[in-house]
Amino acid sequence: MSRRKTERLLNLVICLLATRRPLTAEHIRQAVPGYDSANDEAFQRMFERDKNELREIGIPIEVQKDPWEEDPGYRIVRQAYELPEITLEPDEAAVVGLAARVWQRASLAEAASGALLKLRAGGVETDETGGMLGGALELRVDTQDPAFPALWEAVRDRHPVRFPYRVAAGESVLTRTVEPWGVVSRRGKWYVVGHDRDRQAPRVFRLSRISGPVVPAGRPGTVTVPEDVDVKAMVAPRDEGPVQRRTAVIRVREGACQGLRQVAGAVRPAGEGWDELEITFADPERLAGWVAGFAADAVVVGPPDARDAVIRRLKGVLA
Amino acid sequence: MSTADRLPRLLALVPYLMSHPGAQVPEVAKIFGLTEKQLIDDLQLVWMCGLPGHTPGDLIDVSWDGGEIVIDNADTIARPLRLGVDEASALLVALRMLSEMPEFGERDALSRVIAKFEQAAGEGAAAISSQVAVEVDGAVSDALPVVNEALRRGRRLSLRYYVPGRDEITPREVDPMRLVVVDGRSYLSGWCYRAEAVRLFRLDRMLSVEVLDVLAAPPEDAVPDEVTPGVFRPSPTDELVELEVTAAGRWVAEYYPCEGVEELGEGRLRVALRARDQGWLLRLALRLGDTGRVVSPPSLAGAVREAAAAALNRYESVS
Repeated sequence: MSRRKTERLLNLVICLLATRRPLTAEHIRQAVPGYDSANDEAFQRMFERDKNELREIGIPIEVQKDPWEEDPGYRIVRQAYELPEITLEPDEAAVVGLAARVWQRASLAEAASGALLKLRAGGVETDETGGMLGGALELRVDTQDPAFPALWEAVRDRHPVRFPYRVAAGESVLTRTVEPWGVVSRRGKWYVVGHDRDRQAPRVFRLSRISGPVVPAGRPGTVTVPEDVDVKAMVAPRDEGPVQRRTAVIRVREGACQGLRQVAGAVRPAGEGWDELEITFADPERLAGWVAGFAADAVVVGPPDARDAVIRRLKGVLA
Repeated sequence: MSTADRLPRLLALVPYLMSHPGAQVPEVAKIFGLTEKQLIDDLQLVWMCGLPGHTPGDLIDVSWDGGEIVIDNADTIARPLRLGVDEASALLVALRMLSEMPEFGERDALSRVIAKFEQAAGEGAAAISSQVAVEVDGAVSDALPVVNEALRRGRRLSLRYYVPGRDEITPREVDPMRLVVVDGRSYLSGWCYRAEAVRLFRLDRMLSVEVLDVLAAPPEDAVPDEVTPGVFRPSPTDELVELEVTAAGRWVAEYYPCEGVEELGEGRLRVALRARDQGWLLRLALRLGDTGRVVSPPSLAGAVREAAAAALNRYESVS
């Protein structure tokens, strides 16, 4: 944005804020320096663009069209423009400072620091040192997935989106059309939840599996989030009823396999430099993946399916 | 800061100067992330603007004699612009996340702040911030209250710590410096007497932890560790390892920070990653079984095969 244009826009803001009654475009053209030299058509274009730019940075321009007036009038209503008076107690200021730092490495960093700047400009002192929390606590969320900004916008503007999505097994990429209800981070992974139009059902998608651009698939304001939806609950692991837990017997070399020993229900010497552990498990494949990592230091004695799962993995390595 | 951000900045700068009469050029420049020269340039621009008419009496009056900024005749834009939806939401999402932190000591301040911002932000932001959520359940651990207590009272901690990469449990004495929660997972940053350096400890890997009756006294020049994305922190000197994984092994690219990820078709990937511990890589490769294999370095590929063969041998002898 050129200096001249910034000047014109600032003067336009001041002009529209200062006026009590809405001003017509022609009025504004006379009042704001920078428009005067333009011809009619150029002025119209300029004025349209300027209004859009002001709206983009969040300035509410009111348009009033009275039946007895030929041209619409414009103004900025002070109450809609101004940051309301906010005062923060010292403990509140410390909490705000902490919250603003959460996004420091994420795509919302700019929004958070913009908010702090406005608060300070409004005379609200925020405490960015951690203050009474003594700087002893730091929270951070990263949003490295390229899809995050577009999905945040979609949730904000309530418009459906379309994106290429890799199914769990990873072989194929399918296009999904989703009405997003929310974006949730769980254990460092971001998910988008919403109504899947193709399947006509609520679904959860992992942002890391979105393999291309997220594009709008409808107009803003067309997504309705059902009132009883709990986006966090949708991402939480599903309770699949009581899982059958069994006990595996695993021989481990003395002094090795600390990780396995930590979760073992029982440890007993098995002789010849080996100990025998009892470990409860639900999924033999998960157990096998873990035990296989200890190579020749751990051997599953039973049950047979867990033992076979490890052997299969080890043979897989050699295949 | 790009020039496109200039108007929003000016609309915050003027109110800031109005609410901080006599502010100094260097201090204001720092707050707004500008050089002093850029700030003066902003002031010069502001000085050219004002109410329609633009007679000297209409223009904003600003001076910076001796580095002290005095502004007058800017009543129209004396208050900052209200928070945009993104700005308010960024803060609210972070505040809500804080409120879910177990053991967070400033709960009362937090709920007051949330109420204030919801009111200031309007409905849009309040709605989004309930649709974008960061779960912190991964941050919950038995160690948390103990670590918090040590931080609060400035006491040394004694812990038994598990390092999966080396499958090793070591006793440590640590002077806690900061609790860091990244992507919902908790870490303690502190001075480790065993390493004689600042180290990060994941709370869920503390097998036991107790507060010692010793005052924490980390060296004065010790700085809390920076937690980088993934907190995995391979160093550039660690050997680069290339793996090829099948569709079923793609999770590797999702879980570990990779330097390179290349699609090979049919859902297969070639991933390049660095790790400090060869042991960790060996374990990963064994766990992958036939869903992944080490491409390079050949020495590691060989070691993986040897380990798998040795482990299979044990299965033949133990039954």
